[in-house]
Amino acid sequence: MASVARDIARGREPRELLPTGTPLRLVEADGQAVRPSDLDLPDDDVLLALHRNMVLARRFDTQATALTRQGRLAVYPSARGQEAGEVGAVLALRPQDWLFPTYRDSMAIVCRGVDPVEVLSLLRGDWHCGYDPYEYRVAPQCTPLATNTLHAVGVARAARLKGEDTVALVMLGDGATSEGDTHAALNFAAVWQAPVVFFVQNNGYAISVPLSKQSAAPSLAHKGVGYGVPAMLVDGNDAAAVYAAVQRAVAAAAEGRGPTLIESLTYRIEAHTNADDATRYRDQDEVDGWLARDPLARIRQHLLARGLLDEPAIAALDAEAEAEAAALRRRMNADRGHDPADLFRYVYAEPTPDLRGQQQELSAELAAAADEPEVSR
Amino acid sequence: MTAIAERGHAREVATPEVTMAAALNQALADALSEDETVLVFGEDVGPLGGVFRITDGLAAKFGEARVFDTPLAESGIVGTAIGMAMNGLRPVVEMQFDAFAYPAFEQIVSHLAKFRNRTRGRVALPVVIRIPYGGGIGGVEHHCDSSEAYYAHTPGLRVVTPATPGDAYALLRQAIECPDPVIFLEPKRRYWSKQAVVLDHVGTNPKTLDQAVVRRAGSDVTLIAYGGTVGTALEAAEAAAEEDRSIEVIDLRSLSPFDDETVTASVRRTGRAIVVHEASRFCGYGAEVAARLSEQCFHYLEAPVLRVTGFDIPYPPPHLEEYHLPSVDRILEAVDRLQWQETRPAVKAGG
Repeated sequence: MASVARDIARGREPRELLPTGTPLRLVEADGQAVRPSDLDLPDDDVLLALHRNMVLARRFDTQATALTRQGRLAVYPSARGQEAGEVGAVLALRPQDWLFPTYRDSMAIVCRGVDPVEVLSLLRGDWHCGYDPYEYRVAPQCTPLATNTLHAVGVARAARLKGEDTVALVMLGDGATSEGDTHAALNFAAVWQAPVVFFVQNNGYAISVPLSKQSAAPSLAHKGVGYGVPAMLVDGNDAAAVYAAVQRAVAAAAEGRGPTLIESLTYRIEAHTNADDATRYRDQDEVDGWLARDPLARIRQHLLARGLLDEPAIAALDAEAEAEAAALRRRMNADRGHDPADLFRYVYAEPTPDLRGQQQELSAELAAAADEPEVSR
Repeated sequence: MTAIAERGHAREVATPEVTMAAALNQALADALSEDETVLVFGEDVGPLGGVFRITDGLAAKFGEARVFDTPLAESGIVGTAIGMAMNGLRPVVEMQFDAFAYPAFEQIVSHLAKFRNRTRGRVALPVVIRIPYGGGIGGVEHHCDSSEAYYAHTPGLRVVTPATPGDAYALLRQAIECPDPVIFLEPKRRYWSKQAVVLDHVGTNPKTLDQAVVRRAGSDVTLIAYGGTVGTALEAAEAAAEEDRSIEVIDLRSLSPFDDETVTASVRRTGRAIVVHEASRFCGYGAEVAARLSEQCFHYLEAPVLRVTGFDIPYPPPHLEEYHLPSVDRILEAVDRLQWQETRPAVKAGG
């Protein structure tokens, strides 16, 4: 009879899977390059692309917040302060890769190339998902927490089965790591060695609940070892470091080395949404401390110091961002027609008899309302 | 019966009997053979062949890339099936028992059912979720739930349940080919029921996925049943015939969408109807059927539509389940209450 003692060391050495004790960094808060670093500094053109897209993303985000104040959006969860994570992770993806964003990741989707008006369809209240997921390989923004982690694992597993070179990157927040689906997804991805990157943006709060009430783990990245998933802890306000870490994880996944968990340490400068009051749960001193670690200022100082960027180039870029914001304002202020028949059109491949009947009921109701004489003023 | 000529003499060869379990197994095997995008996965469905052996032999025949065991997490099974369907595959997943599907409920209700709608039809999810459901097998708690109403109440899902081996084959093949997500409820106490039938899903009636069927013709009362209770309703009809009462039995097959045409045509003819299901009564599937009949057949009804169902209790332990499940006697007793003597309905509550 075979030994009943089971081999404890099934996978890789635990030490290989653990994150570094301090966050990986390539550029210090003052713009100085970190040497040596465990990560490789991206090429100059990548650094310039990171800077450019962060400028455009921040202007988009502030414009969306302004549109919410004007009542043009139903709600907007800002990611201001998280531009390095939003842009760095997306630029590290290849065209054939998939992005699985959450409701807070509008900047990431715009960075992926989706029309900003299509992105804001959800938050404006026009339709749940305004863009074609297949056109951009971007899943609909996920509102239930962590459920999209499993969709990413499924897309990635299918890609392997079909022999496609595709990696799925799923974005989630610190709060979502407490959900059961995150646990299931890390486990499934590891067992299947699926090409997935779990990109956790730890911005300190799940609406109002601080990380200390969310997890007792040494870091969220440390959770990877329990699943056999290698993890990285990265400075989430260092766009170069985020890009390099995600690119390394994507390359590993594409080479068949399975999933990676990345915890990106950052901060949400705005409240959870426009409907939230952040002063009830955090001090302005804390916010000011993070404003001083601004991710955009950091990469800009680095590029200026190295002579890769100058003030006229920044002015031109700001003007471009301003023009895009103006175009977005103009387009969002234009009224868009809504067809009530759309309510019934997409529930099934073919509307059921019940849905056809209910559509007729609504049409009759609308026709009757149209026939009623206008109320005189 | 299939007639074949042999040595000049016509000889009748009996169609072999198959169990529902074997029919489901054959449906999965044929779908895997004919469509390389079909995958079968879940808990213990690989080398073991599933706890009910529905997937017996499939992993060996089609390989563990297409028929495989997953980690033990139902939300993970359905969540990853959604992703695989997004990427062009047709997953057929197994929930081991009815009550063990509840961890997957969020994935089913918030994502599987809604993806097509939220993306304006751009992302279709042709996923089949097979769920052995219902009682009558002496199962301990959490193994005997009738969970159909939860799924039927959710727009975007189709909910199907076969009552015979022939339908089990045809409906599962059609469910796998269907572009919509299908909750496929298998009445586990009928897994070992047998029928002499040629397994086929395109020949006689390719649209059976959303059509009810008259299992027994009758003129006095319509019994409306599905899944595990169809057999019980047929037994009741047989017993009633001995007392010269002619009962029609309808097998709904599709719980969502609902086949009004078949059901209302029958009830308008008989004027009396009883819905029979194992699930508890309050807000149960029978309430929907009774409401539809009230809306569409009111002037044809000679008596209120009655429900013969499980009680409004958590599913009982094995030694008590016989008191809970709709029985032939309980159905016949309900038939007797259908106001046969009265020309005008008496003024009293209910039936």
